[in-house]
Amino acid sequence: MKLKALFVGCALSMGLVSVSQAGEPLKVGFVYVGPVGDAGWTYAHDQGRLAMDKVFGDKVKSTYVENVPEGADAERVIRQLAADGNKLIFTTSFGFMNPTLKVAKAYPNTDFEHATGYKMAKNVGIYQARSWEGAYMLGVLAGKMTKSNILGFVGSYPVPEVVRNIDAYTLGAQSVNPKIKTKVIWVSSWYDPARERQAAETMIAQGADVLAQNTDSPAVIQTAEEKGVYAFGWDSDMAKFGPKAQLTASTLNWSKYYTMEVKQVLDGTWKPASTLWGMKEGMVVLTPLNPAVPADVAELFKAKEQEIISGTLMPFGGPIVDQSGKVRVETGKEMPMDELMSLNYYVKGVEGSIPK
Amino acid sequence: MPRLERRAKPSRVMMFASPLIAAVMMLITGYILFSVMGKEPIHAFGVFFIKPLTTTYGVGELFLKATPLILIGVGLAIGFRARVFNIGAEGQFVMGAIAAGGVALYFHHLEAVWILPLMMLAGIGGGMAWAAIPAFLRTRFNTNEILVTLMLVYVAQLFLGYLVQGPWRDPEGFNFPQTKMFTDSETMPLLIEGLRTNLGFVIALFLVAVAWFFSFKMFAGFRMEVSGLAPDAARYAGFSEQRNVWFALLISGGLAGFAGMVEVAGPIGQLQPVISPGYGFAAIIVAYVGRLHPIGVLLASLLLSLLYLGGETAQMDLNLPSAITGLFQGILLFYLLAADIFIHYRIKPNPHEARCTITPPPPPSGDMI
Repeated sequence: MKLKALFVGCALSMGLVSVSQAGEPLKVGFVYVGPVGDAGWTYAHDQGRLAMDKVFGDKVKSTYVENVPEGADAERVIRQLAADGNKLIFTTSFGFMNPTLKVAKAYPNTDFEHATGYKMAKNVGIYQARSWEGAYMLGVLAGKMTKSNILGFVGSYPVPEVVRNIDAYTLGAQSVNPKIKTKVIWVSSWYDPARERQAAETMIAQGADVLAQNTDSPAVIQTAEEKGVYAFGWDSDMAKFGPKAQLTASTLNWSKYYTMEVKQVLDGTWKPASTLWGMKEGMVVLTPLNPAVPADVAELFKAKEQEIISGTLMPFGGPIVDQSGKVRVETGKEMPMDELMSLNYYVKGVEGSIPK
Repeated sequence: MPRLERRAKPSRVMMFASPLIAAVMMLITGYILFSVMGKEPIHAFGVFFIKPLTTTYGVGELFLKATPLILIGVGLAIGFRARVFNIGAEGQFVMGAIAAGGVALYFHHLEAVWILPLMMLAGIGGGMAWAAIPAFLRTRFNTNEILVTLMLVYVAQLFLGYLVQGPWRDPEGFNFPQTKMFTDSETMPLLIEGLRTNLGFVIALFLVAVAWFFSFKMFAGFRMEVSGLAPDAARYAGFSEQRNVWFALLISGGLAGFAGMVEVAGPIGQLQPVISPGYGFAAIIVAYVGRLHPIGVLLASLLLSLLYLGGETAQMDLNLPSAITGLFQGILLFYLLAADIFIHYRIKPNPHEARCTITPPPPPSGDMI
């Protein structure tokens, strides 16, 4: 990399800053792909940041930049945060992976945490939630609550993370209702309320009566509320957008993780790690059920939730059969982690094919 | 109350003063806005407009961000002068990036000096080919190019999505939708070590000069301008409308495609599902703020880029929402459109005295601006 000149300049200014900063708050930066008001993914991260802020008070000063496109702009934003003296920087979208690594190379004394990616470095850690556990649990409810046996799923981009959630949702539903079919519509965006709404309307018109989504806005749940079908909150509690429609929400609680990482940097014990937390660690949290859920279904739901937390139920435990009928994971076995992380096929019961 | 009266001919002074008035009004409104939000306005202006440019890196980023806007804006301005409305530069940008990326991936195993020039040609060709579709449909079937170019944007974006999720996906990328990173010989050379500004910026400046020469010194440019200003006169003079449409779309498409190549072979370094935060659309604003003049486009690109960069620093230093960028853009355009009225109209001070002589204004002529 031809970063030498800049590097010298930055090192100089950073040196000055850190000398004069003894006793000053630790600066922590957050880079968001959406607006903090998206009510979903970015909102959940920002709630985590605020909770972390509360824990440390004036020992920490956090800053965020929202709506950062996953292209050429990300590198500048991350670099600017590092140049401004942020000593720990969270980049919260997959598309920030390569820019994060590039900036990390130029700022070896700054620690970076990248969400949902797979590349690490000596000052870059990665973290992710086992959101498929939540998706599986939504599927359990969907399988019980559907009348048409057609479920809908609004996808963003067919990356492994999203395909995994579609599969988990379908597997969860099939565990209680083998007749289930899942329809999927891709909107090619993390946050596009208009397209998300359109996709939801289309699937409702095709008979889907329980919807889920892996996009960042509450548009799907709002549409479900209007059309009188069920849906789920994703990443955050969306009950206020669809009090009748939301059966439960699979929310992400980043506060514990952000608090832990910041504490490690404050203590000087931070090391790059690959973290994958789920329901057990309290990163994936299901909100209280809608009163419309019958008592026996609620009981079953609670039981399965406990089984996942205790580790006796594996959402991707065999048998797992793909669309062509091929057995991908044998009964009694579990899908290996690397396969799970790069999952790119639909399980039986999902309709259509992954865009290729 | 003062009234508006149509000028006998458009005011040249106002044509160039109007963007400046708009910029000043934007600053005044910004001043009030910052005060209302409880931010010290002078400090806020410093953060928004000055801080991004206080480091060499920041200036480099301004040039980097402006490069695609200049390239696309210059091409669009040539078309718009001739009243050929290519709204789909975003799509041509994407197709240029795809074509260039295709070359990069095909020769990925080679290290050769000719790969980068070939990628440039592919980028231009990709953009031109995509713009040729609306050109053909317009000249052959009289289809509206505004609609066709716009709709082809989405086709191009979906095609890119298909490629990076399917055949061109990086086999070592855990199925994530992106291609391999381009090699060094497939990447635009950087101008200065440590900055991301690349050769594309120099080429963009050169093309601004070429566009100026073409528009104001060459007969072909004159011919296009006449076709825009007075289509009937152009027909009477025997200027071919078809050639005009083809030329305008191929030039603007080719430049947009080249911009796409510069972006993926520059700061991004690979193909991924989203490669543009809307440069093709922002360049339409750039073209009009820049008065469809190459130099104006250059200045407008720099101003718009500064608004983006300033929005980022304002978020970091002032905790303002990212909407601040869009807000300033909107204010600027609002005042520009308002001030543009005075190109064709002037304020008549005493309407009552002249009441009897007021005649309805003549219908607008074919003026663009």
